Amino acid sequence: MIYCGNLLHLADILLALYPFNDNGSGELLRVILTTLQVSGLALGISTLVGVPFGAFVALSQIRARRVITVLLYTGMGFPPVVVGLAVYLVLSRSGPLGELEWLFTPLAMITAQTIIAFPLVAGLTVAALEGVDPELRLRAISLGSSRVQEAIIVMQEAKGGLVAAIVAGFGGIISEVGAAMLVGGNIESSTRVLSTAIVLETRQGAFGFALALGGVLLSLSFLINVIFVMLQGQRRWYRR
Amino acid sequence: MRQREIGVGISIITIFLVIVGSSCSSEPARLILATTTSTYDSGLLDEILPDFEARNSAQVDIVAVGTGQAISLGERGDADVLLVHDQEKEQAFVEAGFGSERIPVMYNDFIIVGPLEDPAGIAGLQDATKAFKEIALNMTAFVSRGDESGTHSKEMKIWDMAGINPDPSSSWYYAIGQGMGETLQFAQESKAYTLVDRGTYLSLKENLDDLMVVVGGSKIENNTDPNLINEYSVIPVIPSGSVTGPSALAEAFAEWLVSIETQEKIAGYLKYNLPLFIPLANHQP
Repeated sequence: MIYCGNLLHLADILLALYPFNDNGSGELLRVILTTLQVSGLALGISTLVGVPFGAFVALSQIRARRVITVLLYTGMGFPPVVVGLAVYLVLSRSGPLGELEWLFTPLAMITAQTIIAFPLVAGLTVAALEGVDPELRLRAISLGSSRVQEAIIVMQEAKGGLVAAIVAGFGGIISEVGAAMLVGGNIESSTRVLSTAIVLETRQGAFGFALALGGVLLSLSFLINVIFVMLQGQRRWYRR
Repeated sequence: MRQREIGVGISIITIFLVIVGSSCSSEPARLILATTTSTYDSGLLDEILPDFEARNSAQVDIVAVGTGQAISLGERGDADVLLVHDQEKEQAFVEAGFGSERIPVMYNDFIIVGPLEDPAGIAGLQDATKAFKEIALNMTAFVSRGDESGTHSKEMKIWDMAGINPDPSSSWYYAIGQGMGETLQFAQESKAYTLVDRGTYLSLKENLDDLMVVVGGSKIENNTDPNLINEYSVIPVIPSGSVTGPSALAEAFAEWLVSIETQEKIAGYLKYNLPLFIPLANHQP
């Protein structure tokens, strides 16, 4: 049987390279890798879609601009668990996309997290680009820039804000529990991520371990944000 | 953003997607088992499942949720087999054609825990219904799961037998709509009574200094109230629209759970030196 359920074998591949994977730390490493893969892919997709979409909304002259902006801002406050429920109903075997058999696999989690991160990334992109001095756009246009060149110039100027938009999207999904639990199922060695593992350990009364996992999640988040801020710092190089 | 950076970003994502895509391959058959948090948290399944997986070269993915949610997963066809503990909901599930049959696997028991001061004076009672009546009469704090779980169903059944309809807006009855761990923590902090399955209570006991067992005794054998029996059954799920019934793997799982060998393993599974589950399947010699 060709089976695409238990995907994302990067964790397995890396674990095979990891020399001490026959003790408890192997499972912890797997949970960390699954967390990075799921949230990393979800963030990647929502960035690829959300930043251009936000740029289009911010820089275009379409009449629905304000409405779309308000919708994006509303989406930022949407409860992730509701997104999870909607994704569950769609991916359920009795739902419209049940044929895909994505439910209770990392793919379902990536889908939910992409939807959760999208309004954060796109909405804050709109905010960042609208904050750019309109003079800059006028100057670009007067120098004969195309629409795309104009957008790139504005985005370069607002680079700090764009990185902040991506960071906000990341923060919204890496620690999210409700949707991850609902569509992933918190299955050991498959869809267990740090946030759902923390819920499990808390429920089982292993408060100390749960807290330690919280520390791991926090450190991971810290390291990734260091990278983001380093990207933000390069902004000066692009100043003209 | 320079084109180079965009290029690097796109290639990273492409590499990820290729890895995801290339992992679509032939794999062992997958069985999704929806079960209750109490079963999962007991650690029993981790102990016995490898045997089933080896025999059937299958992979069992366990989704641990409340009984209410587990049954919904079954109704929508998202689980292949259920291992749950709510007799009435299970019967309704099978009668509605969602499952082939309900096969009792094992049981343990519910107990009532409460504050050390025992304000309702019910410590040592044998009868849960009588204890609930005393709690309501004295209006001492009681915390309910309130989440349609198996434990919540059992609690509502006992209130029903006591002839009491607890009102969540009253000052002594708290329906918190959370899991067993949170409910016990709430009972501990607000000096309330609650109904809990023995396994979960034992595993969380060290964080619950201000609570004690008031009804049900220190082990299953000492619990004489038949209403406190906590029976777990396995139900192979019939996928919606299927004419052939449950998958062969789901049927095999149910058979394996009640086989003599597995039943003996269930009986031999100890935690805190006490058996957590007592096998229930009938084996004719």
